[in-house]
Amino acid sequence: MTMVRGSQSICFQEAPYVISAGSIVGKKEFEGPLGNLFDMSGEDNLFGEQTWEAAESRMQKEACVLALEKAGIDAKEVRYLYGGDLLRQGIATSMGVEALQIPMFGLYGACSTSGEALALGSMAVAAGYGEYMLAVTSSHFGSAEKEFRFPLAYASQRPLSAHWTVTGSGAFLIGKKRSHVRVSGVTVGKIVDYGLKDSQNMGACMAPAACDTILQNLKDFGRQESDYDRIITGDLGYVGQTILFDLVRKKGKDIKQNHMDCGMTIFDQQRQDTHAGGSGCGCAAVTLAAYILPKIESGEWRRVLFVPTGALMSTVSFNEGESVPGIAHGIVLEHC
Amino acid sequence: MDEQEKKKRKEKAYQDYVKTKTPVHNVYLNMAKAFVTGGTICVIGQFFMNFCKNAGCTEEISGTWTSLMLVLLSVLLTGWNLYPGIAKWGGAGALVPITGFANSVAAPAIEYKKEGQIFGIGCKIFTIAGPVILYGIVTSWGLGLIYYLLLKVGVIV
Repeated sequence: MTMVRGSQSICFQEAPYVISAGSIVGKKEFEGPLGNLFDMSGEDNLFGEQTWEAAESRMQKEACVLALEKAGIDAKEVRYLYGGDLLRQGIATSMGVEALQIPMFGLYGACSTSGEALALGSMAVAAGYGEYMLAVTSSHFGSAEKEFRFPLAYASQRPLSAHWTVTGSGAFLIGKKRSHVRVSGVTVGKIVDYGLKDSQNMGACMAPAACDTILQNLKDFGRQESDYDRIITGDLGYVGQTILFDLVRKKGKDIKQNHMDCGMTIFDQQRQDTHAGGSGCGCAAVTLAAYILPKIESGEWRRVLFVPTGALMSTVSFNEGESVPGIAHGIVLEHC
Repeated sequence: MDEQEKKKRKEKAYQDYVKTKTPVHNVYLNMAKAFVTGGTICVIGQFFMNFCKNAGCTEEISGTWTSLMLVLLSVLLTGWNLYPGIAKWGGAGALVPITGFANSVAAPAIEYKKEGQIFGIGCKIFTIAGPVILYGIVTSWGLGLIYYLLLKVGVIV
């Protein structure tokens, strides 16, 4: 039986398990509504390092180690690692996971990287390329601000549509060993660009991509939106969610009842002053690791569509007047 | 050509739609806050000015001292991470005075120190203030030229 579904999806014949997950976050995330759920948190966002970049690398390594420890698996047993972050040339990943000495693929999918890594890891396990795969992503408020916007101490007024980059890293061990969560299928997203150029309104830039992937997933698998207990986007935020609802409704579907957004869940918008919500590779990854997976494990949610979204711009493309294209990957997670 | 026109129209429609869904700061409230913040900074400046004058300095020397003290104050507040909070509340009121300029130079210096004295601080200290300096100089050169010409023609005596 073919595992190919529709035009963009895969339905695994023997679905790989998400064996364990590790999450580590910064101070602000710890103070947020999900604070107590994370495995580890840092006091000063530096995690004992000298720079934001080194701190981010440290987080990735710790998240991987946490996931491996929870599963009782040694790094040597992991066949391949799929990892990525927001920094130029993906340095947070390459400097972070070096110590683990796992053969690795460096990925870039902006904030959708957790989905990209999970999809590739699951595909590799399902194809029989190895027993265990590790998927890891991270983002850091300090390094991301520096990379995409201004130095931290620079005095500027953030627009209300701006996101707050999550300081955190999530790692997932995927493999054939039984657990209570399976990756039953994936829908790989296309790049969707509606021509928006405002990188301070990423929710609006990414919402069309999220809509595209969600609808494609429903079509490819022949499902209704109600077949999912939750449809969870990565970091659309308050602005992006409103737009997503409108876009989906235009296509005759309604996901208002069962939609959740990690960027809106991880921070308390009023109390923490995070404007449109959290963002970054770490946002979806740590929310999945600490909040979503336990709910699937317990059976509270039986089937979830996890759709991390990414805004694929760089400071160069932005300055050269290019629009901000979006991408979203769909991961179907099921209780078992 | 037709396809492109269609695409452009679609993009424009989406942009317009997004605008209606995107919350923005209240302009009038922001202006009021900027007025209070900028005003307060000017009052502090005036305090330095009067202090120097009372101490017997000339107008020019007092002005220089005032600028120096405001810059120092802003750089200290930037280092203590207090200035971003002031600007978040006060907006342009904190950015337009000389204190905002000082902040825009101090902030990259702090951030890029880790990349070294040359390629860090040296290359990047003016990443934000650079355009202001460049175009400020170009503008003053242009105005100087106009002033010179008017002087020559005899409009200004």
